[in-house]
Amino acid sequence: MSATGIGAAVRRREDLRFITGRGHYTDDFSRPGQGHAHFIRSAHAHAKIVKVDASAAEGRPGVHVLTGADLAADKIGNLICGWMIHSKDGSPMKMAPHPALAKDKVCHVGDPVAVVIADSLAEARDAAEQVNVEYEVLPAVADPAQAKRTGAPQIHEVAPNNTIYEWHLGDKQKTDAAFASAKHVASLDLTNNRLVPNAIEPRAAIAEYDAGTDSFTLWNTTQNPHVARLVIAAFVGMAPEHKLRVIAPDVGGGFGSKIFIYPEEVVALWASRRVGRPVKWVAQRTEAFISDAHGRDHVTHAEMAFDENGKILGLRANTIANLGAYMSTVSSSVPTYLYATLLSGQYDVPTIYCEVDAVYTNTVPVDAYRGAGRPEATFVVERLVEIGARAMGIDPAELRRRNFIKSFPHQTPVIMTYDAGDYHASLKKALEAADYKNFAKRKRESARDGKLRGIGLSAYIEACGIAPSQAVGSLGCGVGLWESAEVRVNPTGSVEILTGTHSHGQGHETTFAQLVSERLGIPIDTISIVHGDTDKVQFGMGTYGSRSGAVGMSAVVKALDKVEAKAKKVAAHLLEAAEGDIEFKDGKFTVSGTDKSAAWGEVALNAYIAHRFAGQELEPGLKEGAFYDPTNFTFPAGCHVCEVEVDPSTGKTDIVGWTAVDDFGVVVNPMIVEGQVHGGIAQGVGQALLEHTVYNSDGQLVSGSFMDYTMPKADDFPPFQVDMTVTKCPSNPLGIKGCGEAGAIAAPAAVINAITHAIGSEDLAMPATPQAVWAALQKVNAKAAA
Amino acid sequence: MRPVGITVNGSRREVDVEPRELLVYVLRERLGLTGTNVGCDTTTCGACTVLVDGRSVKSCTVLAVQADGREVTTIEGISSNGDLHPLQQAFHEQHALQCGYCTPGMIMAALGLIQEGGRLSEEEVRSGLEGNMCRCTGYHNIVKAIGAGARAMAGGGTTQQAAE
Amino acid sequence: MYSFTYHRPTTVRQAVSLLAKNDEAKLLAGGHSLIPVMKLRLARPSAIIDLSRVEGLSGVELKGRSIVIGAMTRHGEVANSSVVQQAMPALASVPNSIGDPQVRNVGTVGGSIANNDPNADYPAACLGLGATIITNKRRIPADEFFQGLFETALEPDEIITKVQFPIAKKAAYQKFKHPASGFALVGVFVSKRGPDIRVAVTGAGANGVFRVTAFEEALKKRFAAKSLEGLTVPPDGMGSDIHAGAEYRAHLVGVLARRALAAANA
Repeated sequence: MSATGIGAAVRRREDLRFITGRGHYTDDFSRPGQGHAHFIRSAHAHAKIVKVDASAAEGRPGVHVLTGADLAADKIGNLICGWMIHSKDGSPMKMAPHPALAKDKVCHVGDPVAVVIADSLAEARDAAEQVNVEYEVLPAVADPAQAKRTGAPQIHEVAPNNTIYEWHLGDKQKTDAAFASAKHVASLDLTNNRLVPNAIEPRAAIAEYDAGTDSFTLWNTTQNPHVARLVIAAFVGMAPEHKLRVIAPDVGGGFGSKIFIYPEEVVALWASRRVGRPVKWVAQRTEAFISDAHGRDHVTHAEMAFDENGKILGLRANTIANLGAYMSTVSSSVPTYLYATLLSGQYDVPTIYCEVDAVYTNTVPVDAYRGAGRPEATFVVERLVEIGARAMGIDPAELRRRNFIKSFPHQTPVIMTYDAGDYHASLKKALEAADYKNFAKRKRESARDGKLRGIGLSAYIEACGIAPSQAVGSLGCGVGLWESAEVRVNPTGSVEILTGTHSHGQGHETTFAQLVSERLGIPIDTISIVHGDTDKVQFGMGTYGSRSGAVGMSAVVKALDKVEAKAKKVAAHLLEAAEGDIEFKDGKFTVSGTDKSAAWGEVALNAYIAHRFAGQELEPGLKEGAFYDPTNFTFPAGCHVCEVEVDPSTGKTDIVGWTAVDDFGVVVNPMIVEGQVHGGIAQGVGQALLEHTVYNSDGQLVSGSFMDYTMPKADDFPPFQVDMTVTKCPSNPLGIKGCGEAGAIAAPAAVINAITHAIGSEDLAMPATPQAVWAALQKVNAKAAA
Repeated sequence: MRPVGITVNGSRREVDVEPRELLVYVLRERLGLTGTNVGCDTTTCGACTVLVDGRSVKSCTVLAVQADGREVTTIEGISSNGDLHPLQQAFHEQHALQCGYCTPGMIMAALGLIQEGGRLSEEEVRSGLEGNMCRCTGYHNIVKAIGAGARAMAGGGTTQQAAE
Repeated sequence: MYSFTYHRPTTVRQAVSLLAKNDEAKLLAGGHSLIPVMKLRLARPSAIIDLSRVEGLSGVELKGRSIVIGAMTRHGEVANSSVVQQAMPALASVPNSIGDPQVRNVGTVGGSIANNDPNADYPAACLGLGATIITNKRRIPADEFFQGLFETALEPDEIITKVQFPIAKKAAYQKFKHPASGFALVGVFVSKRGPDIRVAVTGAGANGVFRVTAFEEALKKRFAAKSLEGLTVPPDGMGSDIHAGAEYRAHLVGVLARRALAAANA
């Protein structure tokens, strides 16, 4: 392993600009003559728009007000959801129109109705107060279970009973039969709580229209600039794809919430042409709470059947998924193919049946958020295993061992073919690191301090990469999920890698360069990574689903293969040898069996000066591109152990220990991978303990700011113990599985398993706030007293 | 409009501001110091932390007119002669940042803590970060970096040595 | 935020005259309660009178059996004051639990008290110690000063200049933080100064800071946690929100009062 190659903890090259305050986030850009946009948003969850009167505001100097009617008049198309799901009866999902500015009715608090553009944001906000929007308020529904009931307010005409689809997966008959023969059934009713992603950089857009070339430039906080351009061109119809440049500069975290194509960037583009000046919009945080797509929000009943030895016989689950007021970009896939396909967990489960009803409600749209479907699946599986173990009196670790999948490839009953893993290894290592066997002693010590101690496991699995394209296409995805790369070797031998992935914290400028440094044997300083600009980079699919390493770097490998092959041809001419005799190692081309050699830079230069070969025989230059489509999803897996102390007087939970042992396949940079695990755990703990998105029955978001919505802070955590096991991923050339989402997937079940263990009750919803834990304890005490 | 004079990173800057203008926007938009970020509108996230007269302050909740005559230090002003400040170095070495958006505020808050509290226990660092949110790192490496940075500031050694 | 005119007086007299001259004027101390609501356009003062350059409003001093704190003294200065830490560490713990270091570097005792946020910490200390709020016009006992949610006895042209905290031999503050905002979900300040026993609660009450007379009575027999065993406050009158219902808040009042007593006696 070289100091900068694969496996080295190379310090990040992108850090310098961030630690010195010289990053360039969208809000750091300004365009000459720009106007500032402020959106007028509905304060009602559900209402007809009777009238928008902007005359007073438009009388102010430099102020423009644009409405949904203006947008419709200009024939700007609707936003779309790009993943088709069919119901059990074969009917397609019911996608309601989603205009970027509401014209006839609003469907959630925060739904944009009009935009005000002025010389400053303060002036835009002042003017917005003079815009009078008259509403006829309609009854609203925020609760997904309520939304399906007869008599619930109807949100969209196309979707009777607010139902988007009624989907299922697996074999119902076989599963019911397994339950009929079961010795023991564990069952669980749960709400997978709705989360607000809250990347610390709020979303932003700057749109500029160039009348001279009739083209647009959009600076945007996006995880996938090409996909944004495609949707805005092909569906919204703003401009042809080649007349729209999307730049995703430094982006301050995404976690899924910056995958989607939102109304604000569409409106900014359109408005920049209408008002003839660049338009800048930056979300306020309280605005982000009511306009960024939220995550999770399932109501689920699930059961797991066991035989007398604790062997799992089957699993069935019934889930209502809240997709909010409109279908966001990929929302339909999250509670279906990203959820039910993982319900086998790490276990050999003979049969599974899952039904999912997706509904509209008068809430902010819900879409993929770190883990997207897989945290929800893991929570179901890992809670049921734990509940089953406790009820049967089997050690939860032992019950897991009895049911682990032991040979690969393994076909689950829910589509997935797991290709490689060693679940025993990660469990064993995690239990040792967490000192599982001495837990009872620690519990006694806690009891002496009046505290309740618990330990919880979560042996999770996820499917990452979200490819091959044929596979996702057969499941309804509207695009292919391959990735692209281009390797440009300069005449001096330095290298530019253009990747279709996007880095918003993941450290691609370092890890991608590590791959190239190792492969070409050249110093890492001579490699640069280019991403996030549709004018520079070839079409690519972006970053989400822990895919950048497994799919994006594999595309780089494929392009590097082509570069090496071409460079060998050049070297053969240079060294006057047969192409087949050229070997390439450590940045040097040699002729086998001789001492003749040429350095990387020499070959690169000769590729461009082209003096040593005839241009008719060999094309000058050294630049290759590749599109890579893997052969399977990847399957990262591992075991997390959470240990808690609960103060029974207040219900407050302290996490006192956290052990994570993950199998991400080949690790390019362990420092960065550990960082991803840390962050994922924090978000998962946030879901389990802190983060609570509360809508009241009128559809008002009660937890709509950082003063009400509890974000994880430094003192919510102990130091994390993070370790790894490795089984190589067989479906990509690097053996990478992906690591971005693991922590968020594993953590919620580990936390809730630990708290329920501590308090001796399974009846505990997320987030397990002090009040919730205290209330659960009150019930335990009442039961004991009865 | 009202004229104010603020010493920013050692240089006296004079600008005419509306009284309702916040310090953070004057720094970002009038003075071009975009290193100081804005992450919320409730004085919670700490991304906008700067030092005012040596103390950490959330610049989103200070009017520029309040800063008149004060000394303000931003993330752009803590390295000298091209050398990183020990805390910047520690954040880099300990991988205490991912997306980087909270980082300037995190470093400035940490600087305030260290200047006031000197050597800090891990627990003191964690509770001292009450006013700063990070969504990427789980705080693990930030806490390590602040410890290492504090030791380097006290001892003058490298942060690498200090971390060990 | 909305536009306003800005004034920066250098004397209390100037500040008072500006208050009188401007309808809808607001005093700006640290600004960490006022500016956030102005940013959200929930407050619309016509004029802001910045007290930061008014002479003589800042500082901590020991005066007889009291600690006297200037209204413009920052939370951090009080928390770190050696005078306070030596004479009555319980009082130092109150500002030290407010917000976060950045907020403590700016927020002031006078601003906090004048705002009388129902979840603020200082009102519990004032009421729990029987402090006197000193203004440009008069001295107001804490028992009369706090008058419900964001309401105080202050008159429109009245400015807090100092707060006088009598030193109690035994005192402690226990706070259960609101998980999101860091304010007091419930905070209990207990003190014993001769025969004067006080239990003041912030955060919990639907109508702001209050004293728990039942607890105070029980503590007159013995100033110890044991005296409160089995005692609770009724959930009626407690605040209720998504983080804590009335019953839970009432329960926490008891828990924190007992913890405060244990700490006061430690």
